Amino acid sequence: MSEPARTGSGEAGASRASRPEDGLEALGASPTPAPVLELRGVRKTFGEHEVLRCIDLAVHRHEVICVIGASGSGKSTLLKTVNLLEGIDDGEILLQGTDIADPRTDVDGVRGRIGVVFQQFNLFPHMRVLDNVTLASRQVHGVPRAEAEATARRLLERIGLGDFADAYPDRLSGGQQQRVAIVRAIASDPELLLLDEVTSALDPMLVGEVLDLVTELKRQGSTILMTTHEMHFARNVADRIVFLHRGEVVEQGPPAAVLDAPTHPALVAFLARVHA
Amino acid sequence: MTVPAPSQVELERRLYRRQRGRRSIAVSVVSTLVVVAVVWIGVVNTPGWAAVQQSFFDPRTAVESFPDILLGLWLNIRILFFASIGVAVLGTLLAVVRGLRSPVFFPLRMLATGYTDLFRGLPLIIVLYLVGFGLPGLGVFPRQPPEVWGTIAIVLTYSSYIAEVLRAGMEAVHPSQRLAARSLGLSHAKTLRLVVLPQAIRKVTPALMNDFVSMQKDVGLVSILGAVDAVRSAQIAQAETYNFTPYLVAGLLFVVISLPLIRITDAIARRQQQREQIGGTV
Repeated sequence: MSEPARTGSGEAGASRASRPEDGLEALGASPTPAPVLELRGVRKTFGEHEVLRCIDLAVHRHEVICVIGASGSGKSTLLKTVNLLEGIDDGEILLQGTDIADPRTDVDGVRGRIGVVFQQFNLFPHMRVLDNVTLASRQVHGVPRAEAEATARRLLERIGLGDFADAYPDRLSGGQQQRVAIVRAIASDPELLLLDEVTSALDPMLVGEVLDLVTELKRQGSTILMTTHEMHFARNVADRIVFLHRGEVVEQGPPAAVLDAPTHPALVAFLARVHA
Repeated sequence: MTVPAPSQVELERRLYRRQRGRRSIAVSVVSTLVVVAVVWIGVVNTPGWAAVQQSFFDPRTAVESFPDILLGLWLNIRILFFASIGVAVLGTLLAVVRGLRSPVFFPLRMLATGYTDLFRGLPLIIVLYLVGFGLPGLGVFPRQPPEVWGTIAIVLTYSSYIAEVLRAGMEAVHPSQRLAARSLGLSHAKTLRLVVLPQAIRKVTPALMNDFVSMQKDVGLVSILGAVDAVRSAQIAQAETYNFTPYLVAGLLFVVISLPLIRITDAIARRQQQREQIGGTV
């Protein structure tokens, strides 16, 4: 795979803007000039501990980016900062060109434009599946109930959970709950989807159905930034893999390049452990 | 979709369970009857029983005082109705304010904390005196009947209890629920109203109902302000007949009105639990 698509941590920031689109973007769709999401020099510390050190990362339209790395490498924190669930200590987070790390940002407005799915699903247990899915549309985006419910039922139908629309989340298996959580996140048509280890809490038998749904979303053109431990999935579905090590992007590029020809010793060690 | 006939082993187990069940019922019935009989015989054979029976269990006085006491009870029920609304609103407000984390709200939070500390510690009867006789004495409020002051006193006291119960419930809702709600773009207020509070209330329903039943009987204390409620009516009847039976009648009526609520709450709590956690309850 082409070497220039990968960058070491040292030369990160500057070269990013001019870096050509990688891999699957060349499928015919014209490359979008402005990335959906761009992180520039993002830093985050918890007390003495530097969780994110100078993260530079761009996510373009229709791109699926898998962030990999050992636990504690800052993957989850990275996603949380993008959704403003965690403040940053320096740098810029640009959503469609606007810096959302700015304190004057309309936080709820930004979150309404980004869909998030957590490891633990976090469905609302006191609401029916349908109400879970339509909550944001109705309460944040002002969509009339009937319309929101029609959309939600269609989405649930498509993932084979139409029969569960009126059930409460506890009736569902983990995989079904996580698929509902994903549908909840995409129901209001977000510009960006953040998936934080969405299969880590699942039975191995149920991982597949969730990953299939993510693959389906990619086919439909969603822009996804996700953390995962599923290397096989990352290899097949990701447009780009980003390896995070001690709060730094030490290597990134197309799956084949990152997974088959790792250069950074930390990545080599990491891949040896997960035997990708 | 026919269920296969139970095996011999299962049939034998069922038979054993049924036998055990019948035995348990028989034991509890007999022991209950024995206890009741012992207590009854013990009480009836006390030296003063004849006099007590005369002044507390006189059927004629009971029947005669009943209509007035029932009329008085209607006032209790109305007070209870308005007090419940007041307590729900003020209690929720206090709970929410105490749950605010931003330093900006420090004074408000302190005020709410001080309020709950004060009114949880203050005996209701003293609050009733202060509000019922003190506030009208200021001469700035328009004249109100005593039951209005009584209602205000009850709201002040009980909202502090309810606020604490609700706050505990809100803290028991897992933080990831707030996280999920906020990440959908819901504002702080909507997160509270649509996600946190409904779950909090479900968690503390038994405690809330306990306080409600407690309030239901404390409503009888408004009689000390002169409101003619069930207790006051009983007192009037007692003064006329020199017989304490009317108090017993009023007491029983309070118990009777609280019973359906207790049962309904139990049923609601059970249904919610079943609906939200099918299976896996030990």
